[in-house]
Amino acid sequence: MTKIQKSVADLKPGEKGTVCCFKDEIMSLKFLEMGCLPGSEVELSHKAPFGDPICIRVGGYALSMRLKEAATIMLIE
Amino acid sequence: MAPSSLLKAALIGNPNSGKTSLFNQLTGLNQKIGNFPGVTVDKKTGISKLTSNQQAEIVDLPGTYSLYPKSADEQVVMDYLFDAFLKATPDFLIVVIDASTLERNLLLFTQVRDLGFPVILALNMLDLAERDGKKIDIPKLINKLHVPVVPVNARTGEGIEQIRFAMACPVHNPPEQYLKPMELAPAVVAAIKKHMKIDNDYMALLLAHQYEGMLSLSAYDKAAIDSIVKENKFQSTGIQSSETLKRYDLIRKIIKDTISIPVVSTEKGRWSERIDKVLTHKIYGFAIFFLVLFVMFQAIFAWAQYPMDLIDGLMGFLKEVVHNILPEGSLTDLLTEGLIAGLGGVLIFIPQIAILFGFIAVLEETGYMSRVMYIMDKVMRQFGLSGKSVVPLISGVACAVPAIMATRSIDNWKERLITIFVTPFMSCSARIPVYTVLIALVIPSKNIFGVFNLQGIVMMALYLLGFLAAILSALVLHWILRSKERGYFIMELPSYKMPRWTNVGLAIVEKVKAFVFEAGKVILAISIVLWVLATYGPKEGMQQAKIEGQKEALAKGYSPAETENYISSKKLEASYAGHFGKFIEPGIRPLGFDWKIGIALITSFAAREVFIGTMATIYSIGDQAEETDSVVEKMRNEKDPQTGAAFYNIARSLSLLVFYVFAMQCMSTLAVVYRETKTWKWPIIQFVFMTAVAYVSSFVVYSFFE
Repeated sequence: MTKIQKSVADLKPGEKGTVCCFKDEIMSLKFLEMGCLPGSEVELSHKAPFGDPICIRVGGYALSMRLKEAATIMLIE
Repeated sequence: MAPSSLLKAALIGNPNSGKTSLFNQLTGLNQKIGNFPGVTVDKKTGISKLTSNQQAEIVDLPGTYSLYPKSADEQVVMDYLFDAFLKATPDFLIVVIDASTLERNLLLFTQVRDLGFPVILALNMLDLAERDGKKIDIPKLINKLHVPVVPVNARTGEGIEQIRFAMACPVHNPPEQYLKPMELAPAVVAAIKKHMKIDNDYMALLLAHQYEGMLSLSAYDKAAIDSIVKENKFQSTGIQSSETLKRYDLIRKIIKDTISIPVVSTEKGRWSERIDKVLTHKIYGFAIFFLVLFVMFQAIFAWAQYPMDLIDGLMGFLKEVVHNILPEGSLTDLLTEGLIAGLGGVLIFIPQIAILFGFIAVLEETGYMSRVMYIMDKVMRQFGLSGKSVVPLISGVACAVPAIMATRSIDNWKERLITIFVTPFMSCSARIPVYTVLIALVIPSKNIFGVFNLQGIVMMALYLLGFLAAILSALVLHWILRSKERGYFIMELPSYKMPRWTNVGLAIVEKVKAFVFEAGKVILAISIVLWVLATYGPKEGMQQAKIEGQKEALAKGYSPAETENYISSKKLEASYAGHFGKFIEPGIRPLGFDWKIGIALITSFAAREVFIGTMATIYSIGDQAEETDSVVEKMRNEKDPQTGAAFYNIARSLSLLVFYVFAMQCMSTLAVVYRETKTWKWPIIQFVFMTAVAYVSSFVVYSFFE
C-alpha cells in the first residue's frame, strides 16, 4: 500500500515540509513566480478563522493561499 | 547653461516593495494621474528634478511579481513595457527591490533585463534584511548584475539623492540574457521576431505566451502570432514553468555569492507572525476588524460634518455673490442654479471620501488590510466574492466610483465582476442627505432603552439593508454565473510597518481626484442638463403656469418672496422635468409616489442628494432656505389631496427610503462600470436589476404599511 502523499494543506501550524512538486500545472505558475519552488522549505504559520485560507512561510516571507490551492503543493515524504 | 532636458523613467517592482514610497520621495506633490492608453488603470506620472538643468518624468507602474500578468493591474505593466519597447522609451527602468525577499524580487529584475531595458536597481528595505541577519555585498552584486545598484530607504529618504544622481549620469548597461529563449522555443521565437520585426528573443517569447491578452497588439498581429503558436504547438504552461525555474536557478547562484545568510535563522521579521496570531484570531481578529470599521464610520459621520457645512456655506455664499454681481436672467440662473449648485454637489462629498480613503490608506500601509482580506475570504467566498472584495465594499460607503476602481486587484474575473455589480448597493455618501430628510420626517427622535436614538437605529438599519442587498445579490450572481476561470488567493501578507503619512496623504489626493474627475464631471454635466429640463418647458404651459401662479398667490395673499417661490414650483410642474414626472407617475403610483417625487427620482440621477434641492423647489421653499429643516417642515405639511391626511405618512416615506437604498440612481457609477467591464452589458443589467429590486421592495413596503 502506498501512502497518500502529503500536501501543504495537510500541515499543522508550526509544521514544516519541503516542496516536491505541484499537482496543478497552471496554478503552479503562480507559486513558482512567488518563489515557492520544488525544494523550498515551507512552514505553516497560521490558519485563518474557519481554517481557510492558510498562511505559510516561504523564502523569508508570509504567503497566504486558499486550502484548495495549498492542496496542489505536494511535499516530500 | 545647457538647455534643460527631460529624461523618461518608469518605476517597476513587486507589490509591497516600497515602489510607491520611492515614487513619492522622488516626485513629491509633482504628480498627476492619467490613464494608460486603452486601459482604465490609473497611470501615475511625476516630475523629479535631478540636477539644476535636468528633470525626469517618472511613471509609477502597478506592482507585479513577474511579466506574466494575472490581473488587470499587472496587465498594464506588460502593455506599457511592450509599447516602451517598440518606441524605445523610457530611457531607463528603475527596478525597486525589497532586499529582505531578494530572491523573489530578482525574478522580475532578470525578466526586465532580458528585454534589453537600461536598468537602475533600487535596493530598498536593507534594514529589514539586516534585521534578519542577512548581509548583502553590494559591490559584488553590482559586479554580478552589471547594473547600478543604489541602496535606498524609501521610508526615510536615504539614498534618494543617489538615485537622482544615477538617473542624471546613466551608465551604459551591456545587454544581458539571463534566459535563452532560443533554447526553449526556437521556431516560435524566430517566427515572431520576423513577423513583428523585433530583435529581442525574450519579447518574442512573451508575445507567444500573452498575445491574446495584450491590449496594445493589433488584431492583425494577434492573428499572425496565433497561427505561429498553433503551427508550432507552443506549450505555454510548460515553457513558462521551465523559464521561471531556470531564472530561479540563476538567481540562487547570484545570491549565494552576494548574500551571507546566518546559519541559524534569526528571522526577527517573525514578530509579524506574532501580531498575526492576534489579528487573524477567530475571535480577536473579527472583534478588532469590527472595531476598526466602527471607528471608521464614526469618523465619516462625525468629523466630515464640519468641512461639509463649510463647503455648503461657501457655495451658498458664492451663489449669492454671483446673483448680486450679475444682472438677473437665465444666464445668471444657469450659472448659480446649474453650475454652482452642481459644483457644490460634487465638492460636498470630498470630506467623507477623503476621510474614508485616508483610513483605508493607513490600513493598507500598515499591512493590516491584507489580514482583513485573509480573515474575510472564507466568508466572502460563500457569496461568490473574494477576501479582496472587502476593500471595494467598504469604499462603497463613501462613493461607488473609486470603490469600483479598487476592484482591479481582484484577479478572478467572476469575483471581480460580482464585486463591481454589488458595490453600488452599499449606501454611499450621496444617500445620507436623503436618509436624513426622510428619517427626520417620519421617525420620531426618541430614545430606546435610554441610550439608543431611534433615528440613529433606522439609519443604521438602512446601511445594513444596503449591505444585505449587496451580499444577497452576490449570491444570486454566484449561482447564475458559471466560470471556469481560476481565482487565486495566492497573496503575500506583507510584514507590518508604521504608515508613512506622506503616502497616506498622496493616496487621499489620488482618490479625491479620481472622484472629482470621474464622478464629478458627470454629476456637473447632468446637473446642468437637469437644470435646463427643470427650467424650460413647452412655451404656452410655462407662461400659463406663471400667470396662474401669480393669480393664485394673489388670491392666497402671499408675500412677494412667497409668491416667487410659488411661481417657481408652478413653473417646475409645467417644465419638461415636470412633464416627465407626470409621465412616469402611473408607473410609480403603486409605490405611493406622485409626480413630484417622480421629478425628484429623475433629478437624483445626477447624484442622489439632488433629491433635497428638487424637493425644496417643488415645495416652493426657494433657494435661500435650502435647509434640510425647512424641506422636512414643508414635506410634513403636505396633504394627500384625496384623504386630506399627511401625504408623507409612514408607508410612503419608508417606501421612498427603501427605494433610495436599492435603486441605481447614479450615472457616474454606470459610466465607471462600463469602463471597467468594457461593455454596456453590465451597466445595463446592473441598472435594470437594481431598479427592479428597488421597485419590488418599495411596492412591498408600501403595500404592507398602507
